Amino acid sequence: MNNLTRHLSRAVNSIAPSGIRKFFDLVSQTQGVISLGVGEPDFVTPWHIREACYYSLEKGYTMYTSNLGLPELREEIAAYMLRGFGIEYDPADEILVTVGVSEAVDLALRSLVDPGDEVLIPEPSYVSYAPGTVLAYGKPVLLQTTADNEFRLTPEELAARITPRSKVLVLPYPNNPTGGIMGREDLTKLVDIIIDNDLIVISDEIYCELTYNGRHASIAALPGMRDRTIVLNGFSKAFAMTGWRIGYACGNPAIIGAMTKIHQYTMLCAPIMSQMAAIEALRHGEPRMREMVEEYDYRRRVILKGFAEIGLDCFEPKGAFYTFPSIQVTGMTSEEFAEKLLMEEKVAVVPGNAFGPSGEGFIRCCYAASLKQIEEAIERMGRFVTRHRKK
Amino acid sequence: MDLERKILKLYEKNATLSPRQMATMLGVDEEEIRALITKLEQEKIILGYNAIINWEKWGDNGVTAMIDVKVTPEREVGFDSIAERVSRFPEVRCVYLMSGTYDLSVVVQCENMKDVARFISDKLATLDHVQSTVTHFVLKRYKQDNFLFDDPEEDRRLVVSP
Repeated sequence: MNNLTRHLSRAVNSIAPSGIRKFFDLVSQTQGVISLGVGEPDFVTPWHIREACYYSLEKGYTMYTSNLGLPELREEIAAYMLRGFGIEYDPADEILVTVGVSEAVDLALRSLVDPGDEVLIPEPSYVSYAPGTVLAYGKPVLLQTTADNEFRLTPEELAARITPRSKVLVLPYPNNPTGGIMGREDLTKLVDIIIDNDLIVISDEIYCELTYNGRHASIAALPGMRDRTIVLNGFSKAFAMTGWRIGYACGNPAIIGAMTKIHQYTMLCAPIMSQMAAIEALRHGEPRMREMVEEYDYRRRVILKGFAEIGLDCFEPKGAFYTFPSIQVTGMTSEEFAEKLLMEEKVAVVPGNAFGPSGEGFIRCCYAASLKQIEEAIERMGRFVTRHRKK
Repeated sequence: MDLERKILKLYEKNATLSPRQMATMLGVDEEEIRALITKLEQEKIILGYNAIINWEKWGDNGVTAMIDVKVTPEREVGFDSIAERVSRFPEVRCVYLMSGTYDLSVVVQCENMKDVARFISDKLATLDHVQSTVTHFVLKRYKQDNFLFDDPEEDRRLVVSP
């Protein structure tokens, strides 16, 4: 049995491993690297949340929970959704606690997609929507966004890509990798098209608390959209809890019920210790979370000013903790730029094309790093850009 | 007012920030930051800037003691007059008026235990109005002014992740 590939399913064979992997290996082998390539907070989970987890373990909370998740946690999530975004969800059957938003994306896609159904995905965006669609036997349809329009999805682009097979629209805002957001007005422009074409929206709002100069708007809060939208959110980014793998989905009971079926046969429930920690985060974590967001905002301004000074064009991202500068002045491809920058100046960034074809010509720089690291990285990148500026 | 609070918060965490850096971080004009810092300094809201140092690690074997002092308050000035007198000794690092079983909490830092003993017997205990002292020596520091002395929480994130 030399070549086992032929035994693998066609769906798995048809998806490529994450483009970031190769670059990760390269960075790992290099010493003295400043990394702006991470996709998670540089804060450790606030102590009171970790402590709540210890306490729950001491008390012996080590068992399964209900498939939907602990009732106390679902109640806290319902309260949070109401006070944060003005959307009411019934904790009894409209909220499902998942193993990170990643699981929720998979559950949502598998619950909605029949073979050949089309899933509309704006890009550049997080790496798992398209492969997740393929694994659900659907067809990913990529929607282009541009820096000129701050990487927002336009109604024109959406309308142009709709076919009779279109079924789901993914809305990943605030966006990884661009930091772009969709405000209430931007979302409103999409609503008619969504309703006319009977689309269901998977709204991945994991970065919603990391919105600067204003408050995040959820499409589920717009008239006619609540039952058409599955809001996905979690604790990783806002509460610096990436490793806890805890997220949730909110939506109409029919959809949440379908997702729960898959969840109960594949995952059963999210780990109880993570659920316990999540309860503490929602009950008492907000002040510290606001502090962290303020800190990101400071660094966001520092890195943007830095790019302006070294001559890299970058639109002002108003969400997440990413910047997405254009590297056009160097004439290099994203991968070439990232590799050379790593070799010559030991700064790790992620090539923009890892997030979709529209990302070519850009790099993703994460500012969840210390002020010192950001300033040093900018200095090194400045030298690099000066040296490689297109003649 | 909000900007002042932000400046103070930033300085509390890192006193080496330049007005220029602060201006960028807060998205305001550098001149405005400079003017506010000057004002805060003049009003003695910002009293000074110092570093938090792990002297023991550097090799200094100085001794820190916390002394609980019982005091007879004075007419008209209460505890203020005696507290201010105690504060003027250079070996005294902090002086607090406390609720509870004693009145002043005095933190002193000396080169060795003998110097602490001499300070108490010669200077502190002999002051009029001081009734009694109880001295506690610091054995080890774990955290000071929000900094952990031995912080194991270095950056353990993957260098690149989606």
